[in-house]
Amino acid sequence: MMDRDALTLRNPEQELRQFTGRALTLWVFLALAILLLVLRLFQLQVLEHDRHAARSEKNRIEVQPIAPPRGEIYDRKGRLIAGNLPVFSLMVVKERVDDLEATLALLETLIGLTAEEREAFQGRLVRRRRPLEPVTLRLRLDPEAMARVAVNRHRLPGVEIEAGLLRHYPEGDLLAHAVGSVRRLSEADLQRVDPIAYSATRFIGRLGVEAHYERALHGAVGHERVETDARGRITRTLDRTPPRAGHNLTLHLDRDLQAAAVAALAGRRGAVVALDPRTGGILALASTPSYNPNDFIWGLDAEGYQALQQDRDQPLFNRSVRGQYAPGSTFKPLVALAALTEGVTDWERSLKDPGYYQLPGQSRKYRDWSWTAGNGGGQGVVDLRKAIYRSSNTYFFDLGARLGPEPMASVARAFGLGRDRAVDVFGARSGLVPDGGWKQQAQGQPWYPGDSLNYAIGQGALLVTPLQLATVAATLANRGRPVRPRFLMASDARLPELAPTPLPPLDQFSQADYAGVIDAMEAVVHRGDQRFGENGTAWAYIGQDIPYRMAGKSGTAQVVEIPQGEEYDEDALEERQRKHAWFMAFAPVEAPEIAVAVLVENGGGGSQIAAPVARAVVDAWLLPPDSQVAQVAQQ
Amino acid sequence: MSAADFRRTLSRDDGFDRRQRWLRRLHLDLPLLALVLLTAAYGLVVLYSALDRDWLAFQGQLSRLAVAFVVMLIAAQLNLAMLQRWAPVLYGLGMVMLVLVLLVGVQAKGAQRWLGVPGLPRFQPSELMKLAVPLMVASFLADRPLPPTGKTVAWVLALIAAPALLIGLQPDLGTAILVAAAGFAVLLLSGLFWRWVLLAGLLGLAALPGLWMVMRDYQRQRVLTLLDPESDPLGAGWNIIQSKIAIGSGGLFGKGLFEGTQSHLNFLPESHTDFIIAVLAEELGFLGVLGLLTLYFLLLTRGLYIATQGRDTFARLLAGGLTLTFFTYLFVNVAMVSGLLPVVGVPLPLVSYGGTSALTLLAGFGVLMAVATQPKPLAA
Repeated sequence: MMDRDALTLRNPEQELRQFTGRALTLWVFLALAILLLVLRLFQLQVLEHDRHAARSEKNRIEVQPIAPPRGEIYDRKGRLIAGNLPVFSLMVVKERVDDLEATLALLETLIGLTAEEREAFQGRLVRRRRPLEPVTLRLRLDPEAMARVAVNRHRLPGVEIEAGLLRHYPEGDLLAHAVGSVRRLSEADLQRVDPIAYSATRFIGRLGVEAHYERALHGAVGHERVETDARGRITRTLDRTPPRAGHNLTLHLDRDLQAAAVAALAGRRGAVVALDPRTGGILALASTPSYNPNDFIWGLDAEGYQALQQDRDQPLFNRSVRGQYAPGSTFKPLVALAALTEGVTDWERSLKDPGYYQLPGQSRKYRDWSWTAGNGGGQGVVDLRKAIYRSSNTYFFDLGARLGPEPMASVARAFGLGRDRAVDVFGARSGLVPDGGWKQQAQGQPWYPGDSLNYAIGQGALLVTPLQLATVAATLANRGRPVRPRFLMASDARLPELAPTPLPPLDQFSQADYAGVIDAMEAVVHRGDQRFGENGTAWAYIGQDIPYRMAGKSGTAQVVEIPQGEEYDEDALEERQRKHAWFMAFAPVEAPEIAVAVLVENGGGGSQIAAPVARAVVDAWLLPPDSQVAQVAQQ
Repeated sequence: MSAADFRRTLSRDDGFDRRQRWLRRLHLDLPLLALVLLTAAYGLVVLYSALDRDWLAFQGQLSRLAVAFVVMLIAAQLNLAMLQRWAPVLYGLGMVMLVLVLLVGVQAKGAQRWLGVPGLPRFQPSELMKLAVPLMVASFLADRPLPPTGKTVAWVLALIAAPALLIGLQPDLGTAILVAAAGFAVLLLSGLFWRWVLLAGLLGLAALPGLWMVMRDYQRQRVLTLLDPESDPLGAGWNIIQSKIAIGSGGLFGKGLFEGTQSHLNFLPESHTDFIIAVLAEELGFLGVLGLLTLYFLLLTRGLYIATQGRDTFARLLAGGLTLTFFTYLFVNVAMVSGLLPVVGVPLPLVSYGGTSALTLLAGFGVLMAVATQPKPLAA
């Protein structure tokens, strides 16, 4: 070492100078490097501050939607028919669960999951949903299960107990077809509605009033801004915008009248629609058999749903607004009005009824309902009034032949057939009003004179719904002032349905003719104690002890073929081939307060089968409860 | 001037001298000591917040720092000449231990960095090399004519590369970089020709593709992540994205101490260790970071000043090298956390949680104080 030191020429002075130079250079370099860091921080913290601040907020703040309580629905007397039930549900946020199987196994030991629950849960899990959306495992937790889950919360990441409101229909199946129901919100629903407004909502109105007034009933979603940590756990709530509850609705419906209607149908397949002719308010709208809408909310298993769907009696089918049937003889009062207006007949004109009608130059006999193979039948000398109260086909064949299709189509349309005139009836069908143009287009055939004959007695292609026929009854009750059927009577929301634009009165028909037709319809119910074949068709069944004046008209619609979608079943075939029974009525005649249409599928004769149902409904509406009780006691 | 006046002047000087002598006897450099204490105190405040006010963990760090300060005081007493003589021994010992680590070391977190001797706390030989390498290189160069010749430089490079490679194999890229940087710092200070530095830099650039080839997958991923962290925001990019958000959202004045949402809601990973400056930046803002960087800059300035005042070449090279190592620490850490460099495991000196690096750092400052307080031989 010393040798090398001696050999090399070391110059401490120069080494110090050189080191100092180097140190200075490096010091400048350091200063610049630190300046670089400062500039970088300046860039991040000052120049880009807003962007990073926003991202930091987005990181920690989660906006959680709060579902608005759905508006409640009441009947006209303020009785709850659709409300909300507070429930605690067990929810799973899959994204936050570390091990789903282990979590389910733990829940199994804690609260004992059923196989159906697991299955339904797995089904909901694979369905498409929003990210981080909780999936229901059990809709209603009892307090003990809740406590067990709460105590073990730390072992159950991603499992939450959610307090919520669940739609509840206290009347069960009574009002199902009128009020409708809500169903679980689906992916397809989210395509139709504003996904933000529905971000917390789990059910949506799918049928009936619930569907039509979805917007008013839903309310406005609220928001809660919460702070979450990197694992998504909520650390605190920052602020809260409460949801706005949905609007409450009060309907024209009367729960008791509805119950009376359902009771009167007595388990048969059929429909009853009752309107207040003054307003068009729907007082009762029943379709039997019915279903319990609560089942769809509590979760119907696949079997239960299939059973409902495949039931031959079609409980899910709303006959009152979606069932389209030939009106049969209930169409005759309208044909009478058309014929009087067209000058084809008048109240004095009469003809002799041989029991059948023949078109000039044709051999085919169009039979009256009184015709029998044995004695030929016939109802003697028939004028227009008798043609209505005796429901003479022969007389109306004659009118049909001379009217042709257009005037009949025109009167049908004037009374609201062939279209949906209801203000707020969800899914109401239009029925069908045929005419020459329609037949050419639909069947590629010209209109034959025989078609006009069928038309005049409400058979053939003409189709109406019970709701439409009730509207016809109401319009007749109003002597030509049409009404639009509606459910809504009052609401805390200012809904356009509360004041629908009134329809112009049907002035093309004279008041004298209305009076004549109503008089004839009154005779249907009240003309009695005459010799055979002279009583009103419904008198024997409902008119003998009726304490108020009712105008009515029966109808019997032929069922030519087995309805679609039904299997061949020999035992049931005969019953299902029977005619549909119709009856329309309004009362009291002098100042009508209720107009009713009754349909009983395959019921047979309208007067015999449908008229008593109509009477029971009108009784329930017009008579004080005690006298109804008295009547029941009398029977 | 009266005799009394003279005495008074003398006595005042005397008093001043006495204080100086007192510090000198303890081998302490007052400005350096003050800056280290100040920086550590500032760091502790930030750490307390980064630890979510966990008093127990904070106490642990406090006691580790206290031990490190004692080590600094002891290091300050070391005789430089002796240090120079013992440098090769220390270096050799370190190398042996590095080899042992690779052969029989304790594994943790996918790396083999520790030597476990039963009955003793775990020991990380690479930490020792942060001091041993600059010591060795300074000692080596001090014996040779400066600026160093090509042959000398080649020797020095070998002295640096050997431990750096061994540490890199553990793998511990961060420490390898720090160890290499410590060696290079000494080499630079020794007067290495700038044109060689430039040449080396160019060669290094040219060798980058080759470097890419030998890099491990996770290291490549880190480089790619630096270039485009958003490509994998929830995976590889998470750390850097979250730390940039933390820093950026702090703004000029910060969100307030203990109020950082990124750090306290666990968005920021490693918030009390390598990424602690993001906590500082988030809670105390640009001005808060500026304060820390100013302290660092003053420390570096004092360190380099002490180096220029060293009693001989060895002392100067050693002091300068240790100062530059400290710089490398802080630069790599801040640049990494702010997204200028790929993520490597380098803590923020005097602030990050952990005892080992604080121990090495403060030992280094002790050596700096030794340099500052050992006078030049009168003969020089």
